Parts: sequence; C-alpha cells; structure tokens
Amino acid sequence: MNAENNGRGAEPLLQVENISLSFGGLKALDSVSLEVRKGEVLGIIGPNGAGKTSMLNVINGVYHPQEGRILFEGKDRTTMRPHEVAASGVARTFQNVGLFKAMTTLDNLLAGRNLFMKKNILLQAIYFGPAQREEIRQREKVEEIIDFLEIQNLRRLPVGALPYGLQKRVELGRALAQEPKLLLLDEPMAGMNMEEKQDMCRFIIDTNEQLGTTIALIEHDMAVVMDICDRIIVLDHGAKIAEGSPDEVRNNPEVIRAYLGDE
Amino acid sequence: MEEFWYWMEVFVSGTLQGVMYSLVALGFVLIYKSSGVFNFAQGSMCLFGALGFVILLEAEYNFWFALLLTVGMMIVLAIAVDWVVLRPLTARPPITLFMATVGLAFFLEGLAQLVWGTQPHGLDIGISDLPFEGLPISISRFELFAAGISLVMIGVLVVFFHKTRVGRALRAVADDHEAALSVGISLRMVWGVTWAIAGIVALVAGIMWGTRLGVQYSLSLIVLKALAVLILGGFNSISGAIIAGVIVGAFEKLLDVGISVATDYQFGGTESFSAYLLALVVLLFKPYGLFGDEIIERV
Repeated sequence: MNAENNGRGAEPLLQVENISLSFGGLKALDSVSLEVRKGEVLGIIGPNGAGKTSMLNVINGVYHPQEGRILFEGKDRTTMRPHEVAASGVARTFQNVGLFKAMTTLDNLLAGRNLFMKKNILLQAIYFGPAQREEIRQREKVEEIIDFLEIQNLRRLPVGALPYGLQKRVELGRALAQEPKLLLLDEPMAGMNMEEKQDMCRFIIDTNEQLGTTIALIEHDMAVVMDICDRIIVLDHGAKIAEGSPDEVRNNPEVIRAYLGDE
Repeated sequence: MEEFWYWMEVFVSGTLQGVMYSLVALGFVLIYKSSGVFNFAQGSMCLFGALGFVILLEAEYNFWFALLLTVGMMIVLAIAVDWVVLRPLTARPPITLFMATVGLAFFLEGLAQLVWGTQPHGLDIGISDLPFEGLPISISRFELFAAGISLVMIGVLVVFFHKTRVGRALRAVADDHEAALSVGISLRMVWGVTWAIAGIVALVAGIMWGTRLGVQYSLSLIVLKALAVLILGGFNSISGAIIAGVIVGAFEKLLDVGISVATDYQFGGTESFSAYLLALVVLLFKPYGLFGDEIIERV
C-alpha cells in the first residue's frame, strides 16, 4: 500500500495450490491457486457467490478440497480439522460474527487463549491452585489486547448485548488472543457505519504493523480494500481472474467486467 | 393454623421432590446445550448407573468404593458413546443424532438386563424415609437429603461451568460450534466431557430415585416427568431446569391434594398427569419455555 511495505511479504506463509471444491454438482472453487506472503495484508474480493468464503473455509479446515493442496509454513495441511488449523497458528473471524454471545468480553477473549492453556484437562476442570495461576497468566495477555483494541469498558458485558460494530471488534480481539501467524477476516466491515469502519481499518492496520500479523481478508467495501491491502486477489465464479496491487486490480478489464457485466 | 401447616407440608414435600426432578432434567440440559441433541437415553443411563451401583452393593462392596466404580463405569460409557455413536455422526442433523440416542436407550436397557438380570432391586443408602421429630410439619429425612445432594451437584456444576477453563470451553461450544473450533477447542473433547458429566448426573439421579422407587425398569421412565420440567424451563437453561423442577414438584402435589380435599376425597391422582398439563399450557404461551433461549429465525 505504501513505501514502507515494499520488500515485505516476499516469503510465502500460506500456499494454496490448485484447490477445487464442489458441493454436489456445484463447483464453488475451480482450481484456484494463491499465496499469502509473510507480513502482508491480502484482500480477497469478488462478486457475490465468487467463492470467497468457501476459500476461507478451505484454508480454515471447515471444508476439505477435493483437489489441490494447502501448505502452511511449507508443511502440507490439506486435511487438517478446524481446531488443528487453529492450533497451527491460524485465527479467523466470521461474516456474521461468531462470538460466544452469552459470555462476557473477557470470557470470549480467554476462550481465545484456550490453545495456550495446555495443562492437564483434569487440573483445568478445577478452579483452584495451578489452574488459577494459569488463568492469571492468560489474563495478562488478554488485558494487553483489551488495551490495544480500546475495549476496556466492555470487559464484564455479555457480548450478545453489544452493538454490532463492537461485537466485530471483540471478535477481532478473540482472534488476536490466539496470537495467530495468519489472521483471516471474513468481511470485517460488513454492516458497519462509517465511523465503525474507520476504527476497524485502524485496528487492522495496527495489527499488521505493530503486531506483525499476516492478514488475509474478504471485504465488499472497495474503498476499504484498496486502502488497506498490499495485494488483492479477485475471484469470480470460483476461479481466480486477477491478482496484483490495488492499482493493477482497479484497472484490470477482467475485474471491471466481473463487477459490472459485459457491456 | 393447623390447616396452614398442612398445606405447608404439602408444598415443602412437593418442592423437595421437584428438586429431584431437576436433577434428572439437568442431565438433558447439559447434553442439549453442548451438542443440540435431545438425549433420549438419559433415563436409561439413570437405570444403568443405579443398577450397576445396586449390584455392587449387593455383592457386599463398600458404599464409597461401589460409588467410585460406578462413576468410572459411567465415564467409560460416555467415552464409548462418544466413539461409537457420536463420532461417526458428527455434522449430521439433530434428528439423526436423536434417533441414535433412541437406539442407545434400548441398547442400554437390553445390556443391563443381559448383564444384571431383570429382577427389581431394593436400594438402601442408609438414609431413612422417616420424618424429623419436633417440627410443625413432617419432612422426610430422605427427601431433604436427596434435595440437598441435588443442590450440591447443581452448585458444583455451576461453578465448574463458570469458573474453569473446561467449563468455559463447554459454554463456548454450547454458544457457537464453528467459532469454538476456530479458537482451537476440540468438539470431541467437549462432547466426551459433557457425556461423562451427564452420565454422572444420571447415576446420582438414578441412585436417588432408585432408593425411592426401587431399582427396576420403570426407573427409566422418570425421564417422562423430566420432560415436563424441560418444556417448562427451556431445554438449554440450567437454572431453568432447577426452577422448573421445583415448580412442577410443588404444583403437582398442591393440585393433587387440593382436588382431593375440595371433592371430599372423591377425586385425586392428578399427580400422574398434571405436570404435562402444565407443560402444555406453557407451550401455548411460551414455546421456548420460561427460561429457554428464544430462537428467532429470519424467514
């Protein structure tokens, strides 16, 4: 997006090679390849039904592709299950907010620390002693994220009662609590007003620049995508039709056709 | 004044019995919350646990040792159910899983008959069913004890759910499966733990009711009363199950005695069906129960 990002993101973190995914007769993804490079913000865009969310779900292990393979940090992980993918360092947010709505902000973020609390399950089922010390350690990390996202006043509130924009922010917080190497965001700005979008943009950029997290995001708001992404990949009807910098993609005739139709 | 104490006694006795209903209903709620499955086999699990326990007692095992062994048995059962029934059916619609639990119910009853025979067994856990002396109302020692145990179990579960990491994982799964997976919570671990807890709850409920009614095959039918409690309280609310159990217990006792007294003992016996009547009325006005989550779907 600007000069300081040049030279970054040369090395691939995630490689998706010739992925095909179909549901019965419906081909959601048709031999798509892409890579997410270390340190970049990658935008995945495309008209409705282009296969963006399917792509995210494949990367996340929700769906297993019929063809192709996925390499994360050079290791094949095509058939991993979602919680194993999470353990390998990939966090995500959901299109319609996937929070634990009955739980407080604090509990949601602590749930994000689940992977770091690898103590004996029987010990973790009790409230006292080592389990409690562990809990305090995790709490410190969670507090850092709460400060980072400026949600101090939401700690004890059940997230189901928060306005949508804040829910999205808490969801980002839970993903950050996982200290991911790769962060997948499924329409992080959907349903937000202008101010909320600006906040979210700032947090995404800060996450990338201050925490050094690699980010791949799906988004419909073109202004946002062009603004915060280093690279953009365009999907249409389950196939990749363009790839490049925001400027290259903006002027690509294929992309214009996909969005505006043949005319 | 005499009359007041009489009704008070009916009320207290109903309430205490209601807490025992809550305990049975709790087993359903646990599994429904974490996996969205109505576990038809919950009653059979009560019977299975109680029967195992009573057989060990009759074989002259120490009370606590027998209890420990049956707890172990319920945990093994939970793991087996997880492996054999739940894993192959992951991501199937709830009705498929429900049918699987119906199968499981009959399997468990059959297995129990095969292994332990069809005899009814008396169960005595050393708490007499006699009333306390010197109170204005008579309260059975056993009923009070059973209600106390139920409350302790419920209290332990509430702390477990809200203060521990595993409890938080269970709540997370109950809330949103996909999101729980995305933070690295293993659904299978959670389901195994939930079924084990539900198994232990079933065992305790089975022992309590078995002491009351004798350990025999109709014991698995106590789930029918729990069904009314669930409808009243909502399928996914722990506190709902507890409060609804108490309401059902007090309601059916008061109604039964009330009708008997009002008709000069010509009519009675409403206790066997009044709970369902109450559930029916609740269904008409609050289809998700008094405390259940209202599910609003966009059409």
